[in-house]
Amino acid sequence: MFGRLTLAAIPTGEPIALGAALAVLAVVLATLAWLTWRGAWPYLWREWITSVDHKRIGIMYCALGLVMLLRGFSDALMMRTHLALTVGGGSGYLPPDHYNQIFSAHGVIMIFFVAMPFVVGLMNFVTPLQLGGRDVAFPVLNSVSFWLTAAGALLVNLSLGIGNFERAGWLPYPPLSETTYSPDVGVDYWAWSLQIAGVGTLMSGVNLLATILKTRARGMRYTRMPMFCWTALAANLLIVAAFPILTATIAMLTLDRMAGFHFFTNDAGGNPMMFVNLVWAWGHPEVYILILPCFGIFSEVVPTFSRKPLFGYRSMVAATMAICVLSFMVWLHHFFTMGAGANINAVFGVLSMIIAVPTGVKVFNWLFTMYGGKVEFSVPMLWSLAFMSTFVIGGMTGVLLAIPPVDFVVHNSQFLVAHFHNVIIGGVLFGVFAGVNYWFPKAFGFMLDERLGKAAFWCWVVGFYLAFMPLYALGLMGMTRRLNVAYMPQWGPWTLVAAVGALVIFAGILLMLAQLYVSIRRRAALRAGDDPWDARTLEWAASSPPPAWNFDRLPVVACLDELWARKTGARKETPLWLDDKPFHMPRNSAIGVALAAAATFFGFAMVWRIDWLAIAAALAALTAVIGFAARRNLEVAVAPNEKAPA
Amino acid sequence: MSQRNPFRRTGLTPQEPDGSAFSLRSFDMTLSPIHSRRIRPASSRLARAALACALLSGCDYITLDPKGPIAANETLLFYNALAIMTAIGAPVIAAVFVVAYWFRKGGRGTFYLPDWHYSGKIELVVWSVPALTVFFLGALAVVGSNRLDPRVAIAAEAKPLDVQVVALDWKWLFLYPEAGVASINELALPIDTPIHFRLTSATVMNSFFIPNLGSQIYAMGAMETRLNLLAHEPGDYLGLSAQLSGAHFTDMRFTARAMSADDFAAWIAQARRNPDKLDRDAYGALLKPAPESPRVFGAVESKLFDAIVARTAPTPENAAACAPAPRRATQDASAGKGT
Repeated sequence: MFGRLTLAAIPTGEPIALGAALAVLAVVLATLAWLTWRGAWPYLWREWITSVDHKRIGIMYCALGLVMLLRGFSDALMMRTHLALTVGGGSGYLPPDHYNQIFSAHGVIMIFFVAMPFVVGLMNFVTPLQLGGRDVAFPVLNSVSFWLTAAGALLVNLSLGIGNFERAGWLPYPPLSETTYSPDVGVDYWAWSLQIAGVGTLMSGVNLLATILKTRARGMRYTRMPMFCWTALAANLLIVAAFPILTATIAMLTLDRMAGFHFFTNDAGGNPMMFVNLVWAWGHPEVYILILPCFGIFSEVVPTFSRKPLFGYRSMVAATMAICVLSFMVWLHHFFTMGAGANINAVFGVLSMIIAVPTGVKVFNWLFTMYGGKVEFSVPMLWSLAFMSTFVIGGMTGVLLAIPPVDFVVHNSQFLVAHFHNVIIGGVLFGVFAGVNYWFPKAFGFMLDERLGKAAFWCWVVGFYLAFMPLYALGLMGMTRRLNVAYMPQWGPWTLVAAVGALVIFAGILLMLAQLYVSIRRRAALRAGDDPWDARTLEWAASSPPPAWNFDRLPVVACLDELWARKTGARKETPLWLDDKPFHMPRNSAIGVALAAAATFFGFAMVWRIDWLAIAAALAALTAVIGFAARRNLEVAVAPNEKAPA
Repeated sequence: MSQRNPFRRTGLTPQEPDGSAFSLRSFDMTLSPIHSRRIRPASSRLARAALACALLSGCDYITLDPKGPIAANETLLFYNALAIMTAIGAPVIAAVFVVAYWFRKGGRGTFYLPDWHYSGKIELVVWSVPALTVFFLGALAVVGSNRLDPRVAIAAEAKPLDVQVVALDWKWLFLYPEAGVASINELALPIDTPIHFRLTSATVMNSFFIPNLGSQIYAMGAMETRLNLLAHEPGDYLGLSAQLSGAHFTDMRFTARAMSADDFAAWIAQARRNPDKLDRDAYGALLKPAPESPRVFGAVESKLFDAIVARTAPTPENAAACAPAPRRATQDASAGKGT
């Protein structure tokens, strides 16, 4: 009846896992109860859950990222404190099975359900506004994309209390992830949650790509497109090209596990090296999917707060697209130690270094953007400055790792862990935090509290350096990643410093939550105008927050930094706006949340091999799609005020 | 191997590492294989001491504390590349803060260029600087990859020693085919002798790594990888798996004991006196997934390593499968799948 699912799936024997599951359950139930008590459901359903507004969806993506950040960071804190307790011969408090689950879940959650939702969310929110459009190309599809991502996140978190998550790392290499070595449901949870979320991401990529290519304002040639849109274009090209590889790879692993195939097994002609190649053929572009939009954020923030145009716009565009292409040619550097020939390693090493060229160009161009400017140390600008310095360190260690013989001695060590946290936190997260602080007033009409924002910033930056610089040293001391005991005495001091760093980052996260809370409470005092930063691009020409249709009258673009040109009077051509005509906006739709519910049940059923539930969920999804296709009232007519926004 | 290397035909004269100074010259830019002779450039030691001071105490950094020529060359490459990257990166980081502070809002004595957004000369420089750096480092990567190819034999007077390595859950099995002995979690090595490793895994992927001796390499099931290392100094060095292999991955470590040729001969003789024989049954017992303490086997079934690679020896997959008879396809798996 319930496949492999029995009461034994509840981790009653593991007090830590059970406690965590119960705590999460309590928080979720309390939140739901509070929402019910406040009578918020009709509002949430109407304005958020069924919304197809790209801004609302973008905000929900970011909210998902924030919630998952708390989960992923709890994992990090547990790992760091556990390792600190093993210094000097202790055994820590996490059994090996649980520890391996925690670092696997940490990686999966941080990449797929923190970094991706934040980055996709910001692209969703900003791109149509910057392009001077009313919405993304396919608003309902957008809602489906978001809800599928949320379904994937939900499935990962279900593994906390029902069964277990996988223990083979964030990209579970076979044969360890095959049934011989991982017979339980952990890898299946991984496979199905990423499969569901991955479909969402792929559809989101198609959607944003179509948006950027087809729905730009009149007059916005590619050479007048804001830098963030260029980076979004590159990132979504990568999503469309790379995510199908992940889908196929996971499908092959799933066939191995569920149907006795031998794609990646040791025996019967399987080859685990193929998984490693395929998963990194997706995995390396994924890194650039995350970082390119963040480069775009810095390219918006730095000019705005330097009161100068971006230096070398065309150079930046060329660098972005060069990274986009090159990112597909370097995947082998993730496994130089697999025994490939010297010249294969050399070619991939050199190609990896070549990516450092356009990246270096970008750093120089941001530097020259500040040169001759009036740099204002606002919160987004502080994050940008921290990024520029931190990311250079990450880039330098990345180039070291790209030299195959150097990689032979630091591969899979804590040096590598330090490197990728250096670029993912110092690049992606700092970028996301810059972006959130920068666009928050546009999204909600009030500013984020600056004092708490700066306090959070300092805790994060100091905590980051304390937590991750020691790992470079530990790697050179021979400490491999994923060890659950710091067994060499010399590893002790740095392990303790890293734990302190994690606690300082924790303070940063708490301050961010405080910043959000205080800002909401003081929103009347923090009220922002349409253009609070005196910025340069079109999103700041819309009201704050913008109406569902973004612009009452659509803008006409005549140059780069269109809004700045209008404000300084440099823009003489007319018209500034298209004529005021009534238009149609898509109606809300529950198809996204309905499909996500079906997908969650389907994924859960596949994990536990509950055949009837899988069939029922698939039929429910099919019915929902057919019902959606047959609906009649697709759109609602809008006739905004005569008055165009100022 | 070296005959197949196209760079061999470039006519570069093989040189001994001169070790004269801490500079790129001390990393042999020819493509000749690593020679067992020691390189200990004086100023490399200085640089290491400087770095070590910065990072607390010196010999704790076993990855940068080479006890053999492979590790020495890799350490040197690390320092060279780090020096080049620091020469570029440190000024950039400093420039970020200097420029941001210099041009801060409300700062005095600076100029404001509200429309300045392009300069062809600067563009040329900002593309050239990273490009030249990469050109330089790329050369290091190409030369280094060829010279430090794990499969290339180390040139030395002593006759190379073959050691076969099998990764198990969660222990390392070392086979000495010439002596016909085997050990678990203890790797005895004669110094100044090139060691030619053949590696495979009975189970999941692992990475064989002795930081003091250099180059790690994956050990994978149904496949064989090769690695050449050499130790100059006697001593006990940490060896470990650098690739997650399951619950007791942390216990998957061993001691690499570099010793004089005489001590090694004595170690072999001692091992031979051990009554335990590593035949298929004893090997099958090792497949039980559990960590194990160091031990030796005085005799080893011949061609055991080849049988493990070919998966005709017992495997966890066979044990897990319901059908007791070895599946025919199992034998195909090994063919033509060397690395």
